[in-house]
Amino acid sequence: MTEFILNQKKIVTDILPTTVLLDFIRREQKLTGTKEGCREGDCGACTVLIGELINNKIHYKTVNSCLVPIGSVHRKHIITIEGLTENGSLTPIQNALVDEGGTQCGFCTPGFVVSMTSYFINNKNYDVQKAINTIGGNVCRCTGYHGIIRSLNRTAELLNSADGKSHLEKLISANIIPEYFKKIPKQLKEIKSAKFKIEKPKYLIGGGTDLYVQKWEDIVNSKSLIIVDKKISNEIIKKENEIIIGASVTIEDFITNKTIKKYFPQIEEQLELFGSLPIRNKATIAGNIVNASPIGDLTNILLTLNSKVHLEGKKKRIIPLENFYLGYKLLNKKKNEIVTKITFEIPPKNFQFNFEKVSKRTYLDIASVNSSIGILVKDNIIQDVRISAGGVAPIPLYLKSTSEFLTNKELTSQNVKEATQIAFSEISPISDARGSAEYKKLLLRQLIYAHFILLFPDKINAEELL
Amino acid sequence: MKNIDSVRHVRGESIFIDDIKIPQNTLFAYVFYSSIANGKILEIDFSEALKSKGVKGIFSAKDIPGENQIGGIISDENLFAENEVHFIGHPIAIIVAEKYLQAKEASKKIHIVYEKQKPILDPREAAKNDSFIIPPRVFQLGNTDETWQNCDYIFEGKVDSGGQEHIYLETQGAVVIPFEDDLLKVYSATQNPTAVQRTIARILALPMNKVEVNVQRLGGGFGGKEDQATAWACMTALAAYKLKTPVKLILNRQDDIRITGKRHPYSSDYKIGLNKEGKILAYEVTFYQNAGAAADLSPAILDRTLFHCTNSYFIPNVKATGLSCKTNLVPFTAFRGFGGPQGMFVIESAIHHAANEMNIPVTEIQKKNLLNENDEFSYGQKTKNCFTIKSYKLSEEKFDLKKLQEEVDEFNIKNFLVKKGLAVMPITFGISFTTTFLNQASALIHIYTDGSINVSTAAVEMGQGVNAKMKRIAAKILSVDESRINVDSTNTSRVVNTSPTAASKGTDLNGFAVIDACNILLERLKKVAAEELGEDDWRNITFKNEKVFDENEPTTLTFVDVIKKAYFNRISLTAQAFHSTPNIYFDTKTNKGNPFSYHVYGTAIIQVTLDCLRGTYETDFVKVVHDFGESFHRQIDIGQVEGAIVQGIGWMSSEELIWNEDGKLLTDALSTYKVPDIHAIPKEINIEPLPYDKEKLLNDEFKDQIGPLNSKAIGEPPFMYGIGFYFALLNAIKSFNPKLKLKYNSPLTPEKVLMMLYENNF
Repeated sequence: MTEFILNQKKIVTDILPTTVLLDFIRREQKLTGTKEGCREGDCGACTVLIGELINNKIHYKTVNSCLVPIGSVHRKHIITIEGLTENGSLTPIQNALVDEGGTQCGFCTPGFVVSMTSYFINNKNYDVQKAINTIGGNVCRCTGYHGIIRSLNRTAELLNSADGKSHLEKLISANIIPEYFKKIPKQLKEIKSAKFKIEKPKYLIGGGTDLYVQKWEDIVNSKSLIIVDKKISNEIIKKENEIIIGASVTIEDFITNKTIKKYFPQIEEQLELFGSLPIRNKATIAGNIVNASPIGDLTNILLTLNSKVHLEGKKKRIIPLENFYLGYKLLNKKKNEIVTKITFEIPPKNFQFNFEKVSKRTYLDIASVNSSIGILVKDNIIQDVRISAGGVAPIPLYLKSTSEFLTNKELTSQNVKEATQIAFSEISPISDARGSAEYKKLLLRQLIYAHFILLFPDKINAEELL
Repeated sequence: MKNIDSVRHVRGESIFIDDIKIPQNTLFAYVFYSSIANGKILEIDFSEALKSKGVKGIFSAKDIPGENQIGGIISDENLFAENEVHFIGHPIAIIVAEKYLQAKEASKKIHIVYEKQKPILDPREAAKNDSFIIPPRVFQLGNTDETWQNCDYIFEGKVDSGGQEHIYLETQGAVVIPFEDDLLKVYSATQNPTAVQRTIARILALPMNKVEVNVQRLGGGFGGKEDQATAWACMTALAAYKLKTPVKLILNRQDDIRITGKRHPYSSDYKIGLNKEGKILAYEVTFYQNAGAAADLSPAILDRTLFHCTNSYFIPNVKATGLSCKTNLVPFTAFRGFGGPQGMFVIESAIHHAANEMNIPVTEIQKKNLLNENDEFSYGQKTKNCFTIKSYKLSEEKFDLKKLQEEVDEFNIKNFLVKKGLAVMPITFGISFTTTFLNQASALIHIYTDGSINVSTAAVEMGQGVNAKMKRIAAKILSVDESRINVDSTNTSRVVNTSPTAASKGTDLNGFAVIDACNILLERLKKVAAEELGEDDWRNITFKNEKVFDENEPTTLTFVDVIKKAYFNRISLTAQAFHSTPNIYFDTKTNKGNPFSYHVYGTAIIQVTLDCLRGTYETDFVKVVHDFGESFHRQIDIGQVEGAIVQGIGWMSSEELIWNEDGKLLTDALSTYKVPDIHAIPKEINIEPLPYDKEKLLNDEFKDQIGPLNSKAIGEPPFMYGIGFYFALLNAIKSFNPKLKLKYNSPLTPEKVLMMLYENNF
């Protein structure tokens, strides 16, 4: 049985746990405000809010309901557009969208309202750029978005003058969310944790953000194990000299984690280029690794950090991430093994890091080429360096020869230039929808240049490189 | 007052096709289509698929009781392939099952054997093989052949522009419910209800009065549902008719992208001749339109390319040739601008090319050649009430173009890795269907005894706000509160023989029909009021804000009082009116005439910033002076301009359609076909209305050259401001790589940009 609260309504259902949440909402519950636009998490028309109890406090985030198995929403609060308007009047966000021309054909609008609401739920102080990032997973084909941004600004002004002891009270008094939200945590606590035991599952579903894009028709009728409730760790722990990342840590948890931010302060902004917020809210670290996409953004970063993959099957194994990929979508992993965690060493002092990604569209797009660098320079000598490259080989690639070439070399433009020539010998890009092989080669050169120009502006002269 | 749907939209209460509460016994359909681009069907066997779980029927060409034909302009497109397939996505059959996934699953069990033939994908290759949809079209003015010798400069070049997928957020679909006596009620997401009705009747060999098409609203259209919504409604109707059961068909996103038409890709050759001063003396252009595998609307779209091939410029000697080339891609179709953008992109490229070779600013050539009053277009029409120069000058002054350019130049000197580029894009866009007979519409207005009003027209609401505009027009003419008025769905039983809602003409055509219908009612009501008030001349009666005035003096009568009296006096409270655009004609033999009732003018200044290390870019601003006429619905009109600009920039930047050599579309999902997201938009869009001379507007000479309430059409024209993005970005690239050989090949993706930046350095 899956139990959860849908808006104000308690749901207890024995529907297959693999059922797509969007279909449950639209077909079973006949709540048609949530729209199907693409079924791949690329349009945001199906965005809903999910509230989850963490340490007895409820946290709300947005997800693409087209990629969510219903089994994963057990003991959670799902809010659709209908759940935001149950008291009859328009919320300030809805009013603003009406007044500012933020809606034309209306098909994307419910998704926008939900995403905008999530911004105001989760942010006490208004920052327009952050608000835009929050709704970055919602695509509108009519308005050109300016009316939607005006609506954000207008809502923020209104919320600013709202009364309330707590942020929640303020949200309710401003009518951004209905009053019943207050009662939800208590109701959720009354639902017991789920136990899904599946013998020999066909799929193991973590975030599902890629599985449900590629194979949803097969999954919905299959026996699958949906990872819920810490069955596999979703924590990031610092232990001695190591950072341990639970396999089901989401991308958003990773980039906003205090420990990660401490050592990689720029990563939160850089990985805003990873999918969209609803995708990052669901996609897991292990998923990104096991997916084995040659252009996985996180894999790319983890390669430069010399990460290790911890596998558990009949026995436990630890292998370096760079040895985990044997060929296109081919893993050094037995069928019964699962990834339980990823570890890497805490970077030394003066360690520098950069991540570069270029795609056809800057945000919410898959890279044409991405690249990361982890580098330690002392007295103008490169002590240690690891560079990775995505989109230029059948696997997420650690540029071994390039990195080795640069190690112990003087930090000069000439050496960086030569390094790119070595990189060319390590890659084998193909032409596809993300660019021609020739382009990807050039782009990798540029991104390697970008690493050095950005990290060492005093030492590396862009004009010499180009 | 807003888009009247907007309150429902923000609450998620607007009903789209997929949201309609359908009868319990409704079956679900999936389209089975060709997986090869060109060839013969040697064998096809549905028997295994028919046995598949939940399947209730499979229908293909042989099941069609009427004609297997959906071609609108030319009868060259079958609903289902018969012996041959002509593109990947060519529909072959429709599978109907209890559940959608069952129908889809069954499609995998269809046994089919093809004999593959090499597909033609490139329009120039098609032209070499004489593979055309229609004979060549040629528009001519003056004599180019005799002029070349007088030119100081002659430049020739090639321009390519990519296609564009509509990505209306609501995919195509239909629900058909059979009623007694063969009557079919069709819920279709179409811009063209009558085409759906007519074509279903044709397919099923039914009279049109057996098919009722109802359209509440579309989740975006942009031209993609003008002709291309028809097939899906026809298939659904066929299944519902055969099975006597309601059937629903919704294309999933990937199928929608794969098997529905898009904006036409074009490849073009130009030759432009100028004198030393930069005056364009002659222009020759040949357009190779990639029409795809069937005509669809291609001939009309090609004509509009020719109509707009000189954009905002007067060129005394023009020869423009249009070739509609038949290829093995999905039949391309209408998309905002309807061929106009493709034509304008070429002339702007030619001017850009010339200016760079002559080493003078592009703006200098643009300004020397802008259209003046009474200048002749290649199709014989002369400009009237022409605001080309006015809008250009105003944009220069208002936004201080000179200073903007100086700032860009200074920035580019100071910065090595980041460059800025600026471009000016004037537009002149003709309003009317260039197929003259389509310029007709009607409105049906009922006033009920409680004073509430129901307005029906041929206009389809697709987010462009036409219903809000109809409501406002009716309220203004009847002088009642807008809350009295309901704008009803578009329904072929209420308003018949309609033209599509397209060509930016929805408000103009239907708005005038509403005005006429309101005036008919008003005259009746005035007569009733006059009788009631004992006024001899009903012309002395006026309605103002729901009240009745006699010789401008208030009376005790209200609008509702008069309605009630009219009813008891047995006066009809229903009026129907018909409108056809006056004084337009076009002779397709001579290609001369007066096809447009007026033109819309404007000028945009666009600035981009280019990251020369990574080849990525953003748009700093788009500043526009736009000719709205008198906007009577500012919020909607601004929204149209903003949305069109972003869509236009999308066409020029990230929206790239890539086919492989087998004719398979590789960018067939939102993960690979990239429309602008919220981060990709211009940081600033500044829209200034072109001030109007009211007196002139009301002048009899111009009274037919403007839309209802002195407004002008808004849907398409601003799309073409986006073309300026290409040139702004090209200028930024050139500033980094001065040796660059200029190319005119849109979209300018980060890939193309990077390759151009390092053309001589990689």
